[in-house]
Parts: sequence; C-alpha cells; structure tokens
Amino acid sequence: MIRYLIRRLLFALPILLGVNLITFALFFLVNSPDDMARMHLGDKRVSEAMVSKWKQDHGYDRPLVYAPDQQGLDRFTETLFVQHSLRLFLLDFGRADDGRDIGADIRQRMGPSLAIAIPHLIVGLLVTITLSLMLAFFRATYVDFVGVLLAVAMMSISSMFYIIGGQLVLGKLLNLTPISGYLEGIEGFKFLITPILVGLVAGIGGGLRWYRTLFLEEIEKDYIRSARARGLAESAVMFRHLLRNAMIPILTGVVVVIPTLFMGSLITESFFSIPGLGSYTIDAIRGQDFAIVRAMVFLGSLLYIGGLILTDISYVLADPRVRLE
Amino acid sequence: MITGQLAFLISDYLIWSVTLLGSAWLLLGLRNRQQRQRWQMVLKRPTAMAAFILLLIYLLVALIDSIHYRPLITDNGDSNIPQYAASEVSVLDQLLLPLSLAQERSYSAPLALKAFSKEQITTSSGPKRVYARLKHSGAALAHEQDHLTDLLIRTAKGIGLSLLILSPIALWLGSRKRKQVHPNHQPSEPSTAAPSTIAWKTAALTIGLLTTLFMVAIQLGGDYHLLGTDKVGQDVLLLGLKSIRTGILIGALTLLIMLPLALVMGTTAGYFGGRIDDLVQYLYTTLSSIPGVLLIAAAVLSINLYLDQNLIDVVTLQQRADLRLLTLTGILGLTGWIGLCRLLRAESLKLRELDYVTAARAFGIADWQILIRHLLPNLGHIVLITIVLEFSGLVLAEAVLSYVGVGVDPSMNSWGNMINGARLELAREPVVWWSLATAFLFMFTLVLSANLFADAVRDAFDPRLRGTQ
Repeated sequence: MIRYLIRRLLFALPILLGVNLITFALFFLVNSPDDMARMHLGDKRVSEAMVSKWKQDHGYDRPLVYAPDQQGLDRFTETLFVQHSLRLFLLDFGRADDGRDIGADIRQRMGPSLAIAIPHLIVGLLVTITLSLMLAFFRATYVDFVGVLLAVAMMSISSMFYIIGGQLVLGKLLNLTPISGYLEGIEGFKFLITPILVGLVAGIGGGLRWYRTLFLEEIEKDYIRSARARGLAESAVMFRHLLRNAMIPILTGVVVVIPTLFMGSLITESFFSIPGLGSYTIDAIRGQDFAIVRAMVFLGSLLYIGGLILTDISYVLADPRVRLE
Repeated sequence: MITGQLAFLISDYLIWSVTLLGSAWLLLGLRNRQQRQRWQMVLKRPTAMAAFILLLIYLLVALIDSIHYRPLITDNGDSNIPQYAASEVSVLDQLLLPLSLAQERSYSAPLALKAFSKEQITTSSGPKRVYARLKHSGAALAHEQDHLTDLLIRTAKGIGLSLLILSPIALWLGSRKRKQVHPNHQPSEPSTAAPSTIAWKTAALTIGLLTTLFMVAIQLGGDYHLLGTDKVGQDVLLLGLKSIRTGILIGALTLLIMLPLALVMGTTAGYFGGRIDDLVQYLYTTLSSIPGVLLIAAAVLSINLYLDQNLIDVVTLQQRADLRLLTLTGILGLTGWIGLCRLLRAESLKLRELDYVTAARAFGIADWQILIRHLLPNLGHIVLITIVLEFSGLVLAEAVLSYVGVGVDPSMNSWGNMINGARLELAREPVVWWSLATAFLFMFTLVLSANLFADAVRDAFDPRLRGTQ
C-alpha cells in the first residue's frame, strides 16, 4: 500500500504543475503585470513611472519565464513564473496585493472555516443518511413518493434563499440567534447555529436523493434477500447489512471533501460575516486581489488531490476486500 | 406598428440557432419509433408534462426577448433620412412597455396604492410627511376605499375572461372524446403505442391554470404593480420577466460550448485510447482538481480585465453586457465539459469493442467515419440526459456567481442581480420582501420544472434504469 501511495503522490505532481500553469496563464499571460498595475492604480493618468514603481513594490518587475540579463540559473529563477507560481509548491504564498502575508492570513482564518464546516459535515451526514434510509425503508409507498418530490423541490431552491430565509426567520423574526458575526471560543457558539442549520437544510434535498438511489440499488441485491430470509428484522438488515455495504459509495462522496473543508464555504461565510477562508476568497475576488485568488486556487486543488488519496485509503479501512496495489 | 432596424445581439443569434438546431435534432429523432416511445414515456408522467409546458413558456419568453431592434425615432427634425435609436430594444420590451413606463419613485408593496416610505410634501399648512399615492397604481380609482373591491373585480374579470377563452376549447375536446367512445360502447383495444398514454389531462389542466394566471395578471398588472416596485421604482414583475432570458441563455449557451468539447474529447479518447486518452485524462483531472467557483472566478476576473482594456470601441451598453455574458458562458462551458466527457469516454471505450464497430473496421472504414456513423448515434441518450440534468444547475449557478461578483453584468436583468440588490433591504422595517420573492418564484419554477423534466427523461432514456420500470 505504501508503494501505491507513493505512486499516487508522484502522479499528483504533474496535475499540480498543470494547475500552476493554468493559473499562471490566467493571471500573467491574459493580463500582463502592467495591466494589473493600471487597474490597481486607477485607469486615468497613470504614468509609466507609477506603473513600474507598483510592479517593483509588489515584486512583479521580473520577466515572465526567461531573464536574459541574469547569470546562470538565475535566468530561469528570477522570473515571475518561478517566483510567483512555482513558489506555491513550497506553500510559500507570498504577499497579497495590499502587502499582507497570505500564509499568515490563511493560518488565522482556517479556524473559523473549520468551526462551521466540521459540524456541518457531521450533522448533515447523520441527518441525510437517516432520512434516506427511512425513504428506502418505505420504498414504493406514499412516504417515499412525497419524500422524493420534496427533495426535488428543495434542491430547486438556490442556496442563497436558504441563507437569507434562515437569517430572516431565526435571526430577525424569532430573534433566536444573531444574524451574522463571529466570536472565538464557547461564547461564539450562538453565531454558528444559523449557518450550520442553514447548510444542513440546503443540502438535504440533493443528499437525500443521492443516498436514496444508492440504498435502493443495494437493496435489490441477493445478500439483503438472504438476510431477510434468515429472519432478520428489517431494521437490522438496514443498519447492519445495507449501510455497511453501501459504505464505499458514501465514502467516495464524503472523504474527498474532508480536506477541502479548510477552504470554507464561499457563500455561507460571506453572508454570515464569518472571518474564514471562504469570505477571504470572496473579498479577494471582489477586490480583484489576484495574488490571493492564485494562492487559493492552488491550495484548493492541493487539498482536493489530498482528498482523493485519502478516499483510497478509506476504502481499505472500510472494506477488507479492497487492496491497493 | 412600431418600425425599426433589426439589431440582433450575438447572444440572440446563438440562442435562436441553439433552439432551431435543438428542435431539429429532437424532431429528427422522433422519426425513430423507439425514440418516439421514449418521449411518450416521458410525457406520460404528469409532473413531466406540466414541467415541459412551463419550460416551453420560459423558452418562448426568452426567445421573444431575443429579437432586438433599434426603434425608429419618429421625431427627428426635418431630415428625411430615417434615424434609429442608439440602444437595442427587444420585442418583449415593446410588449411590456406599459410596465416600464409606469415608473414610481421608490419601493412600493405589491398591489399597493401608496408608496412604501413616507415622503415630504408641501401643503397649504406647511410641509407634511405622508405616504404619497403612487402615480401608476389604481389611477382610475376615485376613492381609496374602493381599492379592495377593485382588486376583486379585476381578479374576477380575469378569471371570467379565461373561462370564456377556455370553455369552447374544453367543450370541443369533450365532445370529440364522447364521439370516440360512443359507437359500440367498448373501450378501444390498447394498441402498443397509443397516443392516449400521454398525460393530456395534466397538459390541459396546466394550460388552463396558466391562462387564468395570465389573464388575472393582465387585469391586475395593467393598473397596479402586481409584484411591487424596487428601489428605483421599477416594476418588479418586469424585472422578473426580463431575467428569464438571462437564465435561459446561461443554461443554453453554456451547454452549446461544452457539448462539442465533451463530444470530441470524450469519443476520441475512448475510441483511440493510448496517447490521446492519456492527454484527455490529464486535462480533465487537472481542470477538475481546481474548485469550480474559484476557477470560474479566476477566469472571469482576468478575462474581464482584458476585455475592459481592449474593447473600448464596443458601442452600446447592451452589447457590452452581452459580451460579458458570452465570456461567462464560455468559461462555464470550458469548466463544465468534464462530467459529460468522462461519461462519453467510458461509453466509447465500451462501444469500440462491440461487434459492429469491429466489423466496420474490418471493412476498412475510416476511423472518423466510424466515430460519426457508428459511435455518435449511440451516445445520444447520454448527451440528452446530461443536458437536461446540467441545465438547472447552471441557472442556479448564475445567482451565486452574480453574488460573488463574477456573474453577469450588473446592468443586466438577472435573478442573481435581483437577489443581490434585495438582500440588503431585508434589514428594513417592515421587510421589503417582494423583489426577493419574485426572484425566488421565477427561479424556483424554472429550476423545479427542469429537474422534474430531467428526472423523467433520465428514467425513460437511461438503459440501466430500464429494468426497474
């Protein structure tokens, strides 16, 4: 298995390099650093001197991929590609366009993102799996029919309406929780309730349908029938046989998102003013801070690839029939 | 009759060609008996039938809104050369002209007579703060007490008119049905592909309800703001209707871009294998490892910056917004082909081992001909299912992207922009809820219809599900 993992990690390198090239092309080839400087300085009456000063201040005063005026290896390393794009591989994110250290920002903002994302994942998983097992239990009855119809209706609503509705009902009309904001520690728990609840409700429609289909596919199989034939109660069949065998597809969907939890949810965090990585990214997009967006794109794909490898490992742990070779 | 000079935007051409090509593809498919039966299976389901009609109506509104022209300026002094306005107007704009002319000062609730907030007016006894009457709401009313009665009368009138239109049709349909049954009092033999399996009843019911809704809306909307007005006093119903085009365009054009990409990459990778397969797989693994919204945001940001600096000579505001919309759909398409490509690659891998493909190869038929003549026709169901499944997601994505700031142009009518503008107004007391409610209503209807229709299409066309029916 170790050998398999090493091979997977080596396969990840070209992919990350590809991601790096894509972001490099988007941020340095489509728009030259000159364009960016002009945009940040404001378009009107920008002199060449101001542009080159901005570029110098932000470290964009190097050539793109090749520096003819340097000596030896520096011809390649003293370039934007190496200094701004390849550096990301060392998790050195550099500075934002307003001069802040991106790495420090990320470390600081990880906590709030996780405070929302982890409870959301766990509670959401428990609720959707329980509900969809229930639908599978009542399959081909009116409970199932109405449940599926409700799920389709719920997934037809934009997530933004759930957030706004949650803020309106819980925060404003019932006055139960604060509308938005964030506090460190135990005190801050009340700020987390609405975002987590809203995330749960917003995800139920899609989740319910996905898991129901999955369980219904499994419920047709022979081992379920023989378990019933042996006289097991339906609940025992459901929880001990069905759920364990449906574990692989469940893991496929779940484990891959665990590392990306660090990234937070863009929309939720921004609506609830939670100082996590999601709202960090949104602010960067709105403020057209390319350095932060570039860093987040790279971090996002890094975590995603990590998630894929974790998924493989989780298969081995969950199902003894799976061997990684 | 309003005359003008036709001035189609690029997206107009595209949406019309998508519609025409799509209908041609579907109609050609209907010649095949098996496909005809599949479609009958889809429309047999009442929810799918209702959804189908709603989708058609949305498409119709979007198409009417996609015929742009520059109206003739009637008052152009003494020159005899006809002059045309500088901005494009669509046929829908023309139809909804009464709504756009009925501009108020600011917010007003649905069907209200008075403005939402007090304003200062000067009377003979000095300045006073009152809720002013709206200019274009209930203008014909003599007394304010008659408000409710007037609303009720108008509603009743709308229902009455729709009954007047619908009842002859209903009677005609009813009499036809009776004639069919009467002759020998026996139910006709159930033939294999009887057209009566289609959910005609639901269709009639849906059309009836929609006609009633339409008539009532015309009666009420003519003299009131049926769904209120927004911050600058625009009719919210108008905004909701105008946003339909944006939603449909985002869905349709994105599909137009991702479809050829996915088809070419997926089939060639699956059929040829080897190096091409490695390359395509590398490409989509790389692209899919970047979180979706981030990739889209990054691309939109950098391409918009490029456009801003290189397209100064684009003439009108609409054309600018149109270009932004096209780049957005382009980017959504470039990031969205991966799912379909994977499916098509897997299917092509399977198909290339089948006997008829081997036979074709043995006959010496060129690879590209095998691809087009033998592979493509057998991938149709995957393409169809993916199209209908992806569409609703794209409509939802527009709202989120507009919120993030990488969506359509802020000047363009879209549900995302509506939500974005209305969101902050929820902090008011009492709550300004109608803009949000309208965006919700229009979006929910479209997405729900698309989802229900997609479910039915998948169940009818997916061969893996056929056993469970």
